[in-house]
Amino acid sequence: MVNHNNKNIIEVKNLVKKFGDFIANDNLTFSVNEGEIFGFLGANGAGKTTALKILSGLLFPTSGNVMVAGFDVYREREKVKKNIGYMSQKFSLYEDLTVKENIRFYGGIYGLSSKYIKEKTDDLLKRLKMEDIKDSLITSLPLGWKQKIAFSVAIFHNPKIVFLDEPTGGVDPITRRDFWEMIYEASNSGITVFVTTHYMDEAEYCDRVCIMEQGRIDALDTPTQLKKQFNAKNMDEVFLKIARQPVTSNNII
Amino acid sequence: MKKILYILQKEFIQVFRNKTMLPMIFGVPIIQLVVLVHAATLEMKSIDMYVVDKDLSTLSTKLVNKFEGSPFYKISGRSFSIDEANKEIENNCADVILHIPNGFEKNLIRNNSSEIQLLIDGINGTAASLINAYSTSVILDYNKNILVELTQMPKLADMEPISIQTSYWYNPELNYKTYMLPGILVILVTIISLFMTAMNIVREKEMGTIEQINVTPIRKHEFIIGKLFPFLIIALFELAFGLTIGKVFFHIPIVGSVSLLFGFTLVYLLVVLSLGLLISTLASTQQQVMFIAFFFMLVFILMSGIFTPTETMPMWAQNVNIINPFYYYMRVIRMILLKGSGFWDISREFFSLLIYGTIMLSLATWRYRKVA
Repeated sequence: MVNHNNKNIIEVKNLVKKFGDFIANDNLTFSVNEGEIFGFLGANGAGKTTALKILSGLLFPTSGNVMVAGFDVYREREKVKKNIGYMSQKFSLYEDLTVKENIRFYGGIYGLSSKYIKEKTDDLLKRLKMEDIKDSLITSLPLGWKQKIAFSVAIFHNPKIVFLDEPTGGVDPITRRDFWEMIYEASNSGITVFVTTHYMDEAEYCDRVCIMEQGRIDALDTPTQLKKQFNAKNMDEVFLKIARQPVTSNNII
Repeated sequence: MKKILYILQKEFIQVFRNKTMLPMIFGVPIIQLVVLVHAATLEMKSIDMYVVDKDLSTLSTKLVNKFEGSPFYKISGRSFSIDEANKEIENNCADVILHIPNGFEKNLIRNNSSEIQLLIDGINGTAASLINAYSTSVILDYNKNILVELTQMPKLADMEPISIQTSYWYNPELNYKTYMLPGILVILVTIISLFMTAMNIVREKEMGTIEQINVTPIRKHEFIIGKLFPFLIIALFELAFGLTIGKVFFHIPIVGSVSLLFGFTLVYLLVVLSLGLLISTLASTQQQVMFIAFFFMLVFILMSGIFTPTETMPMWAQNVNIINPFYYYMRVIRMILLKGSGFWDISREFFSLLIYGTIMLSLATWRYRKVA
C-alpha cells in the first residue's frame, strides 16, 4: 500500500483556526502524499477534528493555505467536495432508512447513475457479507456494522481522499481489525486515507502519523522513525513521551 | 435535477416510515376541524342564571319564567340572599344573577317603573357582554308585554315606526362554523408546513447527518428544493383533506374557485416554508425550533383575524399585520370560499405574499450554509 510517488494530495501551510479567543489549530503545516494512510493522532480536544473539518470543507480556516486534491478549500470548496469522502465522528447514516436506501441516497446525491448505484450496491453488500440485512433499518444494526457501512458509503463514489474521524470509536477489537482491513483495501485501490484516532495501536497501521497537542503538531513521521526518535518500544510510549510536558486545563484526557 | 429526486425519495420514505407522522397528517385535521369548529364558537347556549327573587309576585315570576323558557338560559338555583348568589358566581356555578328586589311589582304598578339588577361574571369579557346583550333583549321584550298589560293599550305593542330588515350576505344564517372552518384550515396548513420543515432540517442537525450532506457537492438549491417540496405536497394535501371534511361534515359553502384557492395557497406556502427553513438555520435543536415556531404561530394567529376582526384592532396592530402571512391567507380563504372572490379581488394579497415569499426564501437560502 505504500506507493509514495511524492505527489502531495493535501497541502497545508500555516493553517490557523480560532473560535473566538480559543486557538483550535495553531499554525499547522504539513502535507499528505497521494495514496498513503495518514494518521492524525492526539488526545481529545487536541484539534484533530477541527483540522479534518477544514480539510473536508465543513469549516472555514481563519488563515493559512489549504489545498486538497489540487483545489483551494477556501475558494473551490465544491470542487474539493467532489473529490473527497467523509465519515464523521458522529454517526452519519440515516437510522430510519435501510442499508440499501442509505447507499442509494448518498450515491444519488453524488450524481452517480442509478444503474451504477444498483450494481455497486450488490457488489458491496456481497463483499461485506451483508446481503441478508440489506433491507434492515440501520437502527437495528450493531455499531460495528454501521461503521463498516458508513465507511463504504463514504468511499462509494470513488473519491481521491477519504477523511475518517475516529472511525473505530466504541467498536470491539475484532470489528476494528475488520475495519482496518477495509481501510487497507481502499488504500490499495488508490484512495488516500486521512484518519484521526486516539488508539495508539492503530497508529502503527499508518504510513505516517502526525501527533497533535493543544492545536499544534508535535511530531510527524513514519511510526518506525518516531519510535526510533523517541527511543520507544511502541507508539503508545511515543505518545506518552510527547504528552509528558505539563498540560493546560482545557486538555482533559 | 436527478439529485433532487433522490432527496425527495428519501424524504418521503422517512415521512411515511415515521410512526407519529401518519397520525399527524390524518388525525390532526380531523380533530382540529371537528373539535375546534364546534368548540370555538361565540354562540352562548346554556347560560347559568341564578335567581334572587325577593318580590315573589306575579310579575316577578313572569319575568323569571321568561328567562326559564328561553333556550339560552338555565336556572341554576334560587334563593333570597344576594350573598348566597354571589358565592355561586365565585364558585363558577352561575354566570349571571337576576336580582329582583322587594316591591318590584308594587313600584311597577304605582310608579310605572321599577328596577331589577343583573350581576354578570365578567372574567370573560366577551361572554359577559354577550350575556348582557341576551338578557337585555329578554327584558326589553318583557317590558313591551308589561306595557300592554298595564296600560291596556294593545296598539302600543304593534307600534314600530321604523322596521329593520337585516340580511347577512355570504353567510345568511350567520353560521359560526362557516366562518370558523376556513380559519382552522389556515392554522392546519401552516402548522404542518412550518413545523415539519423546520423540525426536519434541525433533526438532521441533531443526528449529525447534515454534516454528511454538507461534505457532498450537492448544491444549495438542490438541497432546499428537496427539503421543502415534500412538505409543500403534504400541506396541499392537508388543505384538500380539510376542505373535504368541511364540505362533507359541515356543509361549508365553497362558492369560489378551488383551483384559485390552491394557487393562492401555493404562494402562501412559499412564505411559510421559507420561514420554516429560516428557523431551521437559526436553531440547532428541535426544542429551539418549537419555541421559535410557537412564538410566531401564536402572535400571527391571534393577530390574523381568526377570532376577532382585524378592522377593530388598533392602527399599529393593523400595520404589524403587513408582515403577518396568516392575515393575508385568513382573508383570502374566506373571500374565496364564502364570497366567491376571483383573482382580481385577491390580487393585492396575492402579489404581496409573492414578494414576501421571494424575500423570505432568499433570506433563508442566504442563511443556509454548508460551511460553518
